[in-house]
Amino acid sequence: MSENNPIAIDNDGKPIWKFLWSELKPKGKIFTPFNVISVPIILLGLTLIVIRFWKGLGSVTNLTQEVPWGLWIGFDVVTGVAFAGGAYVLTFMVYILNMKKYKSIVRVTVLNGFLAYVFYAGALLLDLGRPWNVINPIIGNNFGVNSVLFLVAWHFLLYMIAQLIEFSPAIAEWLGAKRIHKILSGMTIAAVIFGITLSTLHQSGLGALYLMAKEKIHPLWYSEFIPIMFFVSSIFAGLSMVIFEGSISHNVFQKQISEKDHKARTGIILGLSKICAGTMFAYFFLQVLVFIHNRHWDLLNTPMGYWYLLEMFGFVLLPMMLFYFSYRRNNIMLVRVAAILTILGIILNRLNVTVIGFRWDAAIHYIPSWMEVVVTLTVLFTEIWIFRWVINRMPVLRDSPSWAGKH
Amino acid sequence: MSINRRGFFKVLGLTGAALVIGREMKAAPGGNGDIDFRGVLYDSARCKGCRGCEYDCAEANGLPLPGPAKDIPPIRHTSETKRTVVNEYKTSKGTVFIKMQCMHCSEPACASACLTQAMHKTKAGPVIWRGEKCMGCRYCMISCPFDIPKFEYHSSNPKIQKCDMCYNRLKTGEIPACVANCPNDALFYGTRRQLIKEARKRIVENPKLYVDYLYGEHEAGGTCWMYLSPVPFKELGMKEIQKASYPALTKGFLYSVPSIFVLFPALLLGIHQATKKDNQTPEE
Ligand code: SF4
Ligand code: SF4
Repeated sequence: MSENNPIAIDNDGKPIWKFLWSELKPKGKIFTPFNVISVPIILLGLTLIVIRFWKGLGSVTNLTQEVPWGLWIGFDVVTGVAFAGGAYVLTFMVYILNMKKYKSIVRVTVLNGFLAYVFYAGALLLDLGRPWNVINPIIGNNFGVNSVLFLVAWHFLLYMIAQLIEFSPAIAEWLGAKRIHKILSGMTIAAVIFGITLSTLHQSGLGALYLMAKEKIHPLWYSEFIPIMFFVSSIFAGLSMVIFEGSISHNVFQKQISEKDHKARTGIILGLSKICAGTMFAYFFLQVLVFIHNRHWDLLNTPMGYWYLLEMFGFVLLPMMLFYFSYRRNNIMLVRVAAILTILGIILNRLNVTVIGFRWDAAIHYIPSWMEVVVTLTVLFTEIWIFRWVINRMPVLRDSPSWAGKH
Repeated sequence: MSINRRGFFKVLGLTGAALVIGREMKAAPGGNGDIDFRGVLYDSARCKGCRGCEYDCAEANGLPLPGPAKDIPPIRHTSETKRTVVNEYKTSKGTVFIKMQCMHCSEPACASACLTQAMHKTKAGPVIWRGEKCMGCRYCMISCPFDIPKFEYHSSNPKIQKCDMCYNRLKTGEIPACVANCPNDALFYGTRRQLIKEARKRIVENPKLYVDYLYGEHEAGGTCWMYLSPVPFKELGMKEIQKASYPALTKGFLYSVPSIFVLFPALLLGIHQATKKDNQTPEE
């Protein structure tokens, strides 16, 4: 990892193609543990993807006629997008509420969010049986305006564009394009406002997708409030991911982070944990209200009921209290534990709605095949590769070049 | 803080409805109330379980013919190779048969789920699937309360398979293949009003034979395929599902979208301006 890379700061005088070519070459060590694990998995995953398109979805997945959406939708898309929620929450805090303190982590979060959407939308393509028709809802063959999925699909597309605009000043700084940088920076606020609106709608929209599956989802997880639950939980899901991911990239990309940003870090993490505790409290409260409203007391004393209680107490209430105490006691270690518990809880919750609790009563249960898992890992690892590539080249964690002003 | 039933969405939905006038609202779910669709009345008291309709259906739709009776279990699901099955139940009144296929809902969940309108409710009544539009997302399968659309998982050019009430035959003035060929007169084709009238007549004329219930009259907001039975429908494995239309479940959410699109940007811009002017950080 080269920290003082002069090209990224200013590439004046170098032909653009030469610059791009030199940037494509790998930087840093090749045989890191991550590379050694991820490369074979990615190669295997790509092979499986070829088989999937050649022989049909059934050759790779364990999907059934009763459970037509499995790991690729339930985990990659529904869960992944919840974790990408950090981007809209942080842009809201920094650009709308003007909380300057969090500015140093906005870029990396937006980059993360953008890549997450690109790759999870990609995962959606893998799952389509007739992907050559994917363009139909965009070109109007036909517009299924009554469909929640139509709304979600359009929002994914528009939100990716908004995030690209939010991130684009970093690309301009990398290329040394000063004039374009100015134009792009001027578009940030508009993109942020548009992006937050879109996020509110499609985070809840992912829950609304399941509203019509009324009798198919276990009653402890189905309610007409799924959209609100998905929206509220996306706030702390996204922020927990920011905390978790930040603590990793902080070590891995340590050299890129300036002394000042390094010091601000503790304050940022504690601030985020306070917000997490607050939103989790609201979420838990909503869950309790919905439970009382639906009166499913009898279901609590069943295996699915214990599972539900585990989710609510072990992975919502417990991390909420940990967040609260860690904030009170300035304990960063505790914040990380809380963030990891929250992340597990969100995975659990999304899978409970989409996979585990979906047709829980079906004769044949859906359990993902190892191949579905490998493809999921492929998507994840490829995303991390691209993320690392960008971080090592563009001013995301490190400071912007002096001509760009402070980002 | 208190939650009213759908309160949050209702308020937003009303605002949205007030804000958006035009095509989208007219095309909103729930507008099919007054069309007299065509459908089929199936009378399981008349059905002798010969499974002739399974053969007729397979032939009419170019699907593999089902095997002989001794090779098949009494209760099956429709599948990507069988658009209809006749199941056999041991009930309080002895053996009763029941034919399963798409219900051709008046307000179909599948069609409102479909983001390309590949699943489409025709004005005539049948709900049809249009391959040139479908992208194979299988959201229709998630949404259908009867688990009817079936997907060809082992094909690189997969289709959604389900009964289309022989839409192509209807267009040429014929009636569905199963109805045309039933030797026991268990299937009756007509408009929904005719079907309901006929069903009532049979129940009134023969109250001992039938339970006084017409399955499909109200299920899922009304279906075009309706059932008469000599035993309670639970004994025939028929699901007890909600009477209201399924697309209505997403209505509140979809109606709130336009209002959020109007309110949020204005609100966000306002807060942005306010915090910028004060030029202070609200937190700490
Ligand atoms: S039964 Fe299912 S597939 Fe048939 S029209 Fe109704 S929702 Fe659609
Ligand atoms: S699988 Fe095809 S028919 Fe079903 S919802 Fe998706 S696009 Fe529509």
